[in-house]
Amino acid sequence: MRRKGDTVFFDEPVWVESCAAVGGKKEGEGPLGARFDETGPDNRFGQKTWEKAEKRMIELTCTHALSKADVLPTAVSCALGGDLLNQCISSAFAIRGLGVPYLGLYGACSTMAEGLLLGAALIAGGFANRTLCLASSHFCSAERQYRYPLEYGGQRPPCAQWTATACGAVLLRREKAKVAVTAATPGRIYDPGVTDSANMGAAMAQSAYETLRIYFRDSSTAPADYDLILTGDLASVGHGLVRQLFAADGTPLGENYQDCGMLLYGPEQDVHAGASGCGCSAAVLCGSVLPDLAAGRLKTVLFCGTGALMSPTSANQGESIPGICHLVRLEGGK
Amino acid sequence: MKFNRKEYQALYQKASPSSPSLRNVPAAFVTGGVICALGQALKTVFLAAGLEDQAAGTAVSCALIFLGVALTAARLFEKLAKWAGAGTLVPITGFANAIAAPAMEFKTEGFVLGTCVKMFSIAGPVLTFGISASVIYGVLFWLLGGAA
Repeated sequence: MRRKGDTVFFDEPVWVESCAAVGGKKEGEGPLGARFDETGPDNRFGQKTWEKAEKRMIELTCTHALSKADVLPTAVSCALGGDLLNQCISSAFAIRGLGVPYLGLYGACSTMAEGLLLGAALIAGGFANRTLCLASSHFCSAERQYRYPLEYGGQRPPCAQWTATACGAVLLRREKAKVAVTAATPGRIYDPGVTDSANMGAAMAQSAYETLRIYFRDSSTAPADYDLILTGDLASVGHGLVRQLFAADGTPLGENYQDCGMLLYGPEQDVHAGASGCGCSAAVLCGSVLPDLAAGRLKTVLFCGTGALMSPTSANQGESIPGICHLVRLEGGK
Repeated sequence: MKFNRKEYQALYQKASPSSPSLRNVPAAFVTGGVICALGQALKTVFLAAGLEDQAAGTAVSCALIFLGVALTAARLFEKLAKWAGAGTLVPITGFANAIAAPAMEFKTEGFVLGTCVKMFSIAGPVLTFGISASVIYGVLFWLLGGAA
């Protein structure tokens, strides 16, 4: 393990043992629906409350990830995960049943990248042999906490995003496998002064740009060196802004720059600017990117989880929205 | 980032699409108009049924509130409102929905701590200002001798 600038390079890589993604009904109907391990026929997952539904979705995802790797929960050194709910209840309640050591994380929608970064660091540092990294969000539980009841009649502005009902889980281990975590950059917090909580993409775009810039500096690489540079949930507005920020530096990003928020739903699914939520980047990573890396369809990927570190309280108090972005470098076909 | 906050604001505001007013405003106008016409038709019916003018007006409000709550319960109001915008929000139907929606949503936290506590979380300000205004109006009415 070696550190340069803000970036940690895992000279002895940490390996992805298995991954799993579970989504809700709308996610199942989207372009990545067929690639999920399971999608719910509705968003309830057989439960009476939305919070329990989210917890059940996380349990299902963990079960898929563990059974794909053919390991028991007792073989997991530590689970690292979080969600969007107050006190991260859905993750904690889901892990309660697994009985593994648990470190709860809150990185807003950047939680999947934060979990991978920490999970890999624990293994590389010798503190764990196998970590379970997960992140989840549920449209219905998030909506009632952050915005309005589902039954409330209102219109969303075109820059608004749709919180994904989805969960992704990754098992990391020390022994060699097909996909490696080879570097990670923990993000700094940037606040460009956006106060409109319906425009998260604009609030987070600067963080994505700065973290990527720091990583390119630390690694002495350029955007063109990667098959895929994938931000978490900037959606169409934020994705366009990151392109503009790089173009202003004279290093425009190519077609290899994409955003999970624009991949999860199709244009006919009426989600305005795109998807958001921890589950968005987690499910795109575990449903599509990691399997593509394992199959050799992708070689090097920069996975950049983006988060907006605000709450309804801070928004009501007129605070602007701080953004964060954690970067994880994934390499396949080694 | 090469941009200061002001420049970034200009950048993201340009990148953020604005609400489609050309579609939203006519939709709100038509729906709001239809709801008001429905109210007028109901009033004609209530008057014909023998209610006094003021009582007929109250009956119309009650009927529209019932309609708003019933559509909310049937999960149709949110679909209509997504299309109609201010057309369903501004008439009394919007007020009914604003109370019924949290009442339904938060019943998972129990009747008292969920439904009863949360049902005014959206419409609370409307009630606060409405009741305050009527008290002020009543006091002024009494001071100016209207009560006699």
